[in-house]
Amino acid sequence: MTLENITLIIGSLLILLGLWGLITQKNLIKIVISFTLVDAGIHILMISLGYLKNRTAPIVDSTIDNAVEQIVDPIPQAMVLTAIVIGLGITALMLSFVIRLAKDKNSLNVSNFKDLKW
Amino acid sequence: MIKKLIFLALIAGVGYMFWTGLAEYKAAESLNRISSYYAQDGLKEVGAANLVTAVVVTYRGLDTLGEVSILFLTASILGFFLVSGKEPKIPLQDSSEILKTASKLLEPIILLFGIYVFINGHLTPGGGFQGGAILASALILAYLANPNEGINKSIFRITESISGVVFVIIGILGIVLAGGFLDNRLIPVGSIGDLISAGIIPIIYIFVGMKVGAELSSIVTNLKHSPKNNVE
Repeated sequence: MTLENITLIIGSLLILLGLWGLITQKNLIKIVISFTLVDAGIHILMISLGYLKNRTAPIVDSTIDNAVEQIVDPIPQAMVLTAIVIGLGITALMLSFVIRLAKDKNSLNVSNFKDLKW
Repeated sequence: MIKKLIFLALIAGVGYMFWTGLAEYKAAESLNRISSYYAQDGLKEVGAANLVTAVVVTYRGLDTLGEVSILFLTASILGFFLVSGKEPKIPLQDSSEILKTASKLLEPIILLFGIYVFINGHLTPGGGFQGGAILASALILAYLANPNEGINKSIFRITESISGVVFVIIGILGIVLAGGFLDNRLIPVGSIGDLISAGIIPIIYIFVGMKVGAELSSIVTNLKHSPKNNVE
């Protein structure tokens, strides 16, 4: 069991936990929280996939002479930086939808919203 | 009950999918071609000690522009959705003396730290997005300490618009004066590790930090002023 395997398992477990919450929870806020769990799990997975054995962060300072041999992949980290910001935007939007829905129906239970159900 | 079992089986199936993909995973031994190009030539080309910043701001600068646009869109839609009507303003309970005093002490330090994080984005972990988020967290502390005081939202709008326009203008100047859109060699690259190095990256990150800080602040402000109701 190596470091990257541990982080990959943690990331997958977070994704599964979030999926479980998305399917089973009735409270709208809890659904949003489950979504953010999936989000965090995917970020951990992506960072772990960019890891290389025995290497350090992609920040070049005096301790690094040959960057190609010593740093981990910077591209997944840059992508996760983007993904975090997008995830934050989506979470904020979902919360604003929840506020509007709660105002209209005076409830946070997803079972009470049947307008599009058939 | 049977429903829960079906869900559990579904989750177990997805978990098995992950397991087969990841159980035998071994980390790669060397960087792939693009990454080793960034690690080798990126240092000389961009001059940023933090290679993640080099990728985010220079090599993938257009994506970053799209990213801040998405944040802007989010802030706008939130303002549109949560526009408060003529609801009577219910005064909130005043916060404690401890929180008020501590926030006076902490707010300037948090703001300073946020500015430090985005000015040093090309040298240390951090950058415009992280710094902007720290700036917005100072505002959340201010709201917690003085829940009944409002802040004029037009400050955020103006800061955000100016930063966004400057970001795009810097990008277009890159086409005219240097190699392409958002090229960082607009001004000399300098030596790696100095505060004033990496060409245009620190300047872009200052504006990104201000823009993200203003956007997150306006999101927080809109959520705070959203219409109140009695949900049980």
